[in-house]
Amino acid sequence: MSHVKLLTMEGISKSFGKAVVALDDVRFELEKGEIHALLGENGAGKSTLIKVLTGVEERDEGEVELEGEKIHPRSTNEAQQIGISTVYQEVNLCPNLSVAENIYIGRAPRQKFGGIDWARMNKDAEELLGRFDLKLDVTKSLDNYSVAIQQMVAIARASDIKARVLILDEPTSSLSNVEVDKLFSIMKRLRQEGMGIIFVTHFLDQVYEVTDRITVLRNGRYIGTYKTSELTRMELVSKMIGKDYASLNKSLQESREEKKETKAGNVFINMKKVSHQGSINDMDLTISRGEVLGLSGLLGSGRSETARVLFGIDQVTGGELEINGEKVHLKHPLDAIKKDLAFCPENRKTEGIIGDLSIRDNIALALQAKKGLFKKISKKEAQKIADEYIKKLEIKTPSADQLIKNLSGGNQQKVILARWLATNPQLLMLDEPTRGIDIGTKAEIQKIVIDLAAQGMAVLFISSELDEELRCCKRIVVLKDMERAGEVAGDEISEGAVMQIMAGGEAS
Amino acid sequence: MSRIKNLRIKNVSLTMTIVLFLVMFIFGSARYDHFFSLSTFLNLFNDNAYLMIAGIGITFVLITGGIDISISSTIAFTGVFMAFCLEKGMPSYVVIPIALLIGVIVGAVQGSLIHYYKLQPFIVTLAGQFLMRGLCVVISEASIPITDPFFKFMALGRISIKLGDSKALNGKIYYYVLIFAAVLVTGLYVLKKTAFGRAIYAIGGSEQSAELMGLNVARTKIGAYIISSFCAALAGVVFSFYTLAGYGLQNMGMELDAISSAVIGGTLLTGGVGSVFGTAVGAMIQGIIQTIVTYENLNTWWTKVTIAGLLCFFIVVQRIITVRADAMKGKAAAAA
Repeated sequence: MSHVKLLTMEGISKSFGKAVVALDDVRFELEKGEIHALLGENGAGKSTLIKVLTGVEERDEGEVELEGEKIHPRSTNEAQQIGISTVYQEVNLCPNLSVAENIYIGRAPRQKFGGIDWARMNKDAEELLGRFDLKLDVTKSLDNYSVAIQQMVAIARASDIKARVLILDEPTSSLSNVEVDKLFSIMKRLRQEGMGIIFVTHFLDQVYEVTDRITVLRNGRYIGTYKTSELTRMELVSKMIGKDYASLNKSLQESREEKKETKAGNVFINMKKVSHQGSINDMDLTISRGEVLGLSGLLGSGRSETARVLFGIDQVTGGELEINGEKVHLKHPLDAIKKDLAFCPENRKTEGIIGDLSIRDNIALALQAKKGLFKKISKKEAQKIADEYIKKLEIKTPSADQLIKNLSGGNQQKVILARWLATNPQLLMLDEPTRGIDIGTKAEIQKIVIDLAAQGMAVLFISSELDEELRCCKRIVVLKDMERAGEVAGDEISEGAVMQIMAGGEAS
Repeated sequence: MSRIKNLRIKNVSLTMTIVLFLVMFIFGSARYDHFFSLSTFLNLFNDNAYLMIAGIGITFVLITGGIDISISSTIAFTGVFMAFCLEKGMPSYVVIPIALLIGVIVGAVQGSLIHYYKLQPFIVTLAGQFLMRGLCVVISEASIPITDPFFKFMALGRISIKLGDSKALNGKIYYYVLIFAAVLVTGLYVLKKTAFGRAIYAIGGSEQSAELMGLNVARTKIGAYIISSFCAALAGVVFSFYTLAGYGLQNMGMELDAISSAVIGGTLLTGGVGSVFGTAVGAMIQGIIQTIVTYENLNTWWTKVTIAGLLCFFIVVQRIITVRADAMKGKAAAAA
């Protein structure tokens, strides 16, 4: 492969305010026809580097060259014009527009007299998606399709803007394995065509499967650039987290060993043929004190929906729900909170954090709701609770006064965890608690979960990453098509067993 | 999957609206003598052209997810301003362009405040409403008659349309209805065929995405408010042709008629979905209710009562369709 430099970033620095240095003299280099992983823990500066490159943030210092030409884009639009396009973790398209339009809006083909040529646009879109082996009705609005397909459409859009550099920022977070494979074949094809691809991800398997080189950042500093084939996983991990990964993993293992010894206590939640129209059917489920129950299944199988029903967001329309042996009817999340239930939702940004409030206020929220609005928690009390959890969960922040939106994803997740732990719940429901979080923090959160169960809490753990469930749970209930499909427990637990149930009980 | 396609909100709402219009027309024809005629149909345009023009303008804003409640005052102001200037002896070919220019300026100011200072459209246009209404009365408390020959020409000039020999197949439209036709055609073209129009839908779908896709959000959003106010000013001109007077307390609350026309025509107030054609049909439904109420010899407030019921019906149906479509999507995803 020829090594033609496509993009060089040299001496990039960027700070927010006086205190927070996001990037400190960082360099990055991308060749033509290369897939280059950009890795680092939360707060390492990956997102900031990408924002600087795409013109979302202004750099303080440093030079950026694209094919030997100095560039300084000041908006995403400008970056796109010079050939740098980005696909974000959250799909940034318009759900109400058609697939074709989402690909071509802003640069739609024109008719003779200047009007948009819809026929040609639809045809072009079909052709383009055809190259990616996608056959869609491009005239349908985007919200008819799954998140995975929307992500593909976003990539199609990005790769069609005559892009020279394509940035993929955590594109695989919401994709299934098959879809990831498809994405990789698209990436490889684009690489062949000479595009330079920057790939940001938390999945190390994917890094080794598809990338040529790796650049690691840590705490806003440049650590190094390595050939993927010459760097072992252990080396990579220790470079990313700056400490010995083995020790971290060991403490997780220890927690798990301990966990094995503690017996599950009495049943706390008992769902008897519970249904909610359109989301779950005849669900039988028990969760005991002191156990981490895994809920597994494909997207749309009813995992999150079950948690929503348990938390009173969606009402039970059939069957019975018992909490602590008592028949209940939850009409509202507040009812659930009063029964000592807690729920960390999947979508951190829209359903979890309140960005403009401080860490302290975010933590106090659920406790305040539980106490009722007339028994105000004093600032002092809230401060005490916040400090306690910042220490306990090792939330990385200068103080509890910091606005939560300024924290990295992993630390935001810890704050939400703290919010619910402050209410002293008996059941903790976690929906994708580690999505988009680096492995270091991931292991920490997993450890916290196991420890909590060991202390007698009932935990419902929902994750689309099977190995994570295998690590944390002693019992996994598998859902399929909004119904319970099976359960594996104890020594039977294995990836194969779960997948077999997901696939419908047929031998795989 | 094909059923979901058929359930698309915009199509259902619009189809329902058109069907409803036809049902009402047939109902009226069956119940009253002389109702079934071309002139009944054309009178809907003659009497509601100004509402339709304003409604088409506001539809642009509604699709972006915003709202503009200043339009009724802009209409009234345009009328009073023109009547006042004409009375002072200014020629109509100067007065009308100035009135339209005022509309553009009002829209540009409101749009800029809303976009650059991230203010709520409701509050900004409420301030606009108060300002324009206040200025009306500052100019004149009394109604000012218009005697300008061009205005008289537009007010009285009619085109005969003859579809057959029978009396029912004859009718007339006023010249100013042609202005509405031009606005409708332009609106349809802009929304469907121009980059600006598509950006309006994109912003309604997700403003953040529109920004990240490299669309010019500032220009588009401000443009939408300019179109809304410009159409309001134009509606003011047409309304002056219709009444041959300028009166500051005219058309109070009429912005809500325009908004309800849009909603009945399938526009979602949450943004992203809507059509100017739908709004025009929505306005015609309000017109035909008015006509039927007149035939029934009822108090004209019965029009409002009927429209209230209709509005409720439409938003509930829209909601049900959305929820159903989501549920089916869930099933489809689970089956996949």
